[in-house]
Amino acid sequence: MQDKDAMVLMKTENIVKKFGGITALNKVNFPVYKDEIVGLVGDNGAGKSTLIKILSGVYLPEEGEIFFKGKKISFKNPRQAREIGIETVYQDLALAPNMDVSMNMFAGREFVSFDLKILKVLDKRKMVQEATHTLKDVLGITISSDAMGLPVLNLSGGQQQAVAIGRAIYSQPKLLIMDEPIAAISVKERGKVLGLMKKLKERGISIIFISHNLDEIFSVVDRIVVLNRGCLVRDVKRQDTCLEEVVTVMLGGESRNN
Amino acid sequence: MEIEAKMEKRVQGSLLRSNIFRPIFTSFLSSQEGGIIFALIIMCLTIAFINPAFVSKYNLTTLILGFSFISIVAFGETIVLISGEIDLSIGAIAGLSGIGSAWLMVNSGLSPVLAIVAGLAMGAACGFVNGFLITKIRLNSFIVTLGTMEAFSGLIMVITKGWAIVRIPESIFFLGRGQVLGVPIPVVIMTAILIYLSFTLKSTVFGQRVYLLGGSEIAARVVGINVEKMKIIIFTLSGILSASAGILMVARLTSGQPTVGQYWLLPSIAAAVIGGTSLTGGRGRLIGTLAGAAILGVLQNAIAILGISPYWERTIIGTVVVLAVTVDVIRQRTGYLKMIERMIKKQ
Repeated sequence: MQDKDAMVLMKTENIVKKFGGITALNKVNFPVYKDEIVGLVGDNGAGKSTLIKILSGVYLPEEGEIFFKGKKISFKNPRQAREIGIETVYQDLALAPNMDVSMNMFAGREFVSFDLKILKVLDKRKMVQEATHTLKDVLGITISSDAMGLPVLNLSGGQQQAVAIGRAIYSQPKLLIMDEPIAAISVKERGKVLGLMKKLKERGISIIFISHNLDEIFSVVDRIVVLNRGCLVRDVKRQDTCLEEVVTVMLGGESRNN
Repeated sequence: MEIEAKMEKRVQGSLLRSNIFRPIFTSFLSSQEGGIIFALIIMCLTIAFINPAFVSKYNLTTLILGFSFISIVAFGETIVLISGEIDLSIGAIAGLSGIGSAWLMVNSGLSPVLAIVAGLAMGAACGFVNGFLITKIRLNSFIVTLGTMEAFSGLIMVITKGWAIVRIPESIFFLGRGQVLGVPIPVVIMTAILIYLSFTLKSTVFGQRVYLLGGSEIAARVVGINVEKMKIIIFTLSGILSASAGILMVARLTSGQPTVGQYWLLPSIAAAVIGGTSLTGGRGRLIGTLAGAAILGVLQNAIAILGISPYWERTIIGTVVVLAVTVDVIRQRTGYLKMIERMIKKQ
């Protein structure tokens, strides 16, 4: 048991979140271990998005605590979550369509060439260099130098996806949350993203992977956590379960094994 | 000689074919600013052809001086629009700050310099109030600034009771009437603001975040940018710019007229929109706004100089604004930009 505690990267204890009269999360205890990919699944309205928004600093929980590397933490906004080492790739990517690749990747922590306090001049060249480097070396995606200067709305879905992932992994976070990261891209690019997730795990980044597609979940995760109506109803290693069981639990039924 | 001519031809040829020249040419034509500046030049040439008095030094100086006040206000409006908000109170802030600073000069015994500083601070405070209401109480900027526009205009009436403030110290007249090397001082100040703020928007962290915020507020929030603080700064900046224009106008008129700034709101939004600023945020440049303000100024001037009945002025200007927005929308929908790029690549 102690070994398991030492392996915990982040855990929530008794998290409660309500919206008006609706309890979106009810006393959720959700651990994430070091060097693992955990799949977070559940039907629509099960509370997946609420949970990850609490972990990424978008929402504040009403009750409960979050521990990160054994220390109790709380954050009021996404910046504080990022500073601790939790990054998120959002379902809708949350990119600014009118800005170029480098500004989207480094917004909030831009490179500055000289700083006169009220006049912080951007180091555009370094930003473009670093963006190109991250996309190419880490994600294996090449965007031409012409396209790097265009607003990201001109890029393909996969390229935009890469920008959003690049933004999240540039700072080498400890925990990466991926909310439906492959819903909007082509089949070929999906394979790439799944491969990338395995690579990131090898580099020591733990990942929370949210998807509606259980085949994809099963192909990469080490562990599966099922939410149902705001409650954590199953926490199981991938090899100890199967697709049918997960679906049953997701839909609120009891599995045959129990 | 022959060799020289050959060399020159070659240089010209390579310039046209070079990768440096082409993007500049392409982006100039396809950017709205490029189109607007082009339209402005054609307009000026046509008017000058019909009535050469248009290009007299006197007329041009008056024309440029005329739209430099509006331009300063419109720069502030442009930055607010780029960030995805709108400020309807700019004219009222200009009037209130101008009147406030005139009142202090005449009635409080404050030195003119301090009175001007106080006027600018008043503008900043008005802008801060707008920003505070919009971010802290989470109200829509249209409604907030519609309300503060009325409130600030009302304060002008409270201070002046409808009368102009006269006997302003002569020492400040130069701000509105003086010249540096033949260029009126308001034009010099407007140009300095243009250069400083254009650089800020294009090349600084703050400037690029203004565009990011206008493009997607969610994107700005998830990367941890303090959106509330940014909006307050943007509205405060807009207030300071409005105040500068109002104070310059008081110096120009040598009295505190209660009507200062009253008719500045629509032209400043129009200048921004004609100049390519998007009303939904995320796009716009101050040089475009200047060109937009210049077009409005030239139109007004042309109506006078070509002997068109001045009763037509507002109808003509309104029509131009609607046309400019229409062209912009068509341009975006049809991918006009890509079309021109393709045309040039084929050459």
